[in-house]
Amino acid sequence: MAVAQRVATPHRKELIVVPYRRVSAAAMATNVVLILLGCFFVLPMLWMLFAAVDSNPDWAIKLPSLTLDNFKDVLARQDAIDSFKASVIVAGTTTVVTAILSVLAAYPLSRMHIPFKRSFMLAVLFCSGLPVSMLIVPVYQMYVYLGWLDSLYTTALFLAASSLPFAIWLMKNFIDAVPAELEHAAAIDGAGTVRILREIVLPLTLPGIAVTAIYTFINAWGAFIVPFVLTYSPENQTGPIEIYNFMGSHGLFKFGDLAVFSLLFSLPVVVLYLFMSRYFSGAFNFGGAVK
Amino acid sequence: MAVAQGLGPRQDRTRFQWSSLVMLAPAVAVLGLLFVFPVVYAGYLGFTNLALVGSRSRDYTFTGLDNVTRMMGDYVFTNGAWLTILFVVGSAIVGQSVLGMLLALLLRNAHFSVRAVVGSVVIVAWVLPEITVALIWYAFSQAGGTLSILLHRPDTDFLVVVPMLIVSIANLWRNVAFSMLVFSAGLRNLPTEVLEAAEVEGASAFRRFRTVVLPLLKPTIVTNLLLVTILNLSEFTLIYAMTQGGPGNETMTLPLYVYQQAFVFHQLGYGTAISLVLVVIGAVFSLLFVRASRTQI
Repeated sequence: MAVAQRVATPHRKELIVVPYRRVSAAAMATNVVLILLGCFFVLPMLWMLFAAVDSNPDWAIKLPSLTLDNFKDVLARQDAIDSFKASVIVAGTTTVVTAILSVLAAYPLSRMHIPFKRSFMLAVLFCSGLPVSMLIVPVYQMYVYLGWLDSLYTTALFLAASSLPFAIWLMKNFIDAVPAELEHAAAIDGAGTVRILREIVLPLTLPGIAVTAIYTFINAWGAFIVPFVLTYSPENQTGPIEIYNFMGSHGLFKFGDLAVFSLLFSLPVVVLYLFMSRYFSGAFNFGGAVK
Repeated sequence: MAVAQGLGPRQDRTRFQWSSLVMLAPAVAVLGLLFVFPVVYAGYLGFTNLALVGSRSRDYTFTGLDNVTRMMGDYVFTNGAWLTILFVVGSAIVGQSVLGMLLALLLRNAHFSVRAVVGSVVIVAWVLPEITVALIWYAFSQAGGTLSILLHRPDTDFLVVVPMLIVSIANLWRNVAFSMLVFSAGLRNLPTEVLEAAEVEGASAFRRFRTVVLPLLKPTIVTNLLLVTILNLSEFTLIYAMTQGGPGNETMTLPLYVYQQAFVFHQLGYGTAISLVLVVIGAVFSLLFVRASRTQI
């Protein structure tokens, strides 16, 4: 009976894998299991939210006695402000450099005839799989030699280099998706490469550039080991290192301040992700990528 | 002919243009200087006795396989290699993939409000900066933290008692959204006819999953395993911020040991050699997955 109904309904969009909807007990079980799993994900986060507004927080989650003093404390701390600034400089520079270089590189890789293009793309793919912890020692040695240590901009340059391989792949896929006819038409009408890039390719790939830039920014914002190794001055410590130092100095910080700082530090990337997610929905179709 | 020349280069097919190299040049320069060169340099440094300070910081020499011999007798290294494999297999390959698949399947069948809330929470855990995840899990597992109270053992610091388990769970907690999103996309793209046919034939839910969904999802699963392995193999921030490799060396995975040898013990050459081992482990895992995906379709 149920089967017959199902087959006779032509407008069903998708057939569920596990037919829980037919049995309400099973549907209940699905939702209950999911809610329990959801609790597992929410519980650790709640500590940060509650401790941030609690006047006397502890390691455990408890209902806060509400206060905004922790926020006032953190906003009055020079080291907290400095590390926020350092993070903005590092992540901002990384993002701008990566976005510009990846668009410039991805366009010819997508559209033009280049000798050894396939080998180049495979090399780029290989690079994106290499761990940063392998590169950090030789890069540190190079930075000592070049005198580039302890600068937010040279730190950002290395972060840009390490995020470039993936960004080039991402950008190339976005440009591949834009039909080439418009560019051909513009070229026949006499537009030069720069003009085609600026007036046709850039506007059409803007969502792709935004996704690449936001993805790079989120990664650079949270980057830890690279600034940790390449900078040492107190004023050059980015947010993650500030939080790490707070964590290590037992008793020298208040739980509430730590919670507020990490909350404020995490907020930008969560907001950016929400902003990006509507463009991002198609990015996870990996099926068939490896054959 | 003369007319065609007057119009400039042909536009009906792509041909080599110097402008393409001009556009590629900046990216190639940055990648060459800060990616390719360090990789090649690492290949050399790994076989030297370079140190951060002292006489070996200037006149270091090529020492052949000395670093390899040293690793073989280095308990922290061999232990670290096992911990790394345990971490990648337990937390990433098994934990993250299985829980990710479970979430993807359950979310498809959940009430839409449950789906929206639980899905978002899992994704927020993934988007949070790693250091924030380290902090909240540090707080969660402290003596007097939420976990100890839930388990009625308020004096137990779980990062001391079962450190590897806690960092593995924290890592799983953070990264599971990635596998969940990959599998959700894969499930969405499955051909509905095949599933429908299996259901009409009366196959049970479990049987349909095992004999229809799993084989069809194989490319997605292999890609997921490959990416998850590569990403987790070099995991540093979360473990380091929570334990610094301790207590003892109980959570000293290879990425942490690279950092310790290179920047705490100042053994840049030996540290680089360990990072090369990490790359080899990654290559072995990748080859295994690619081979597995080829043979059994």
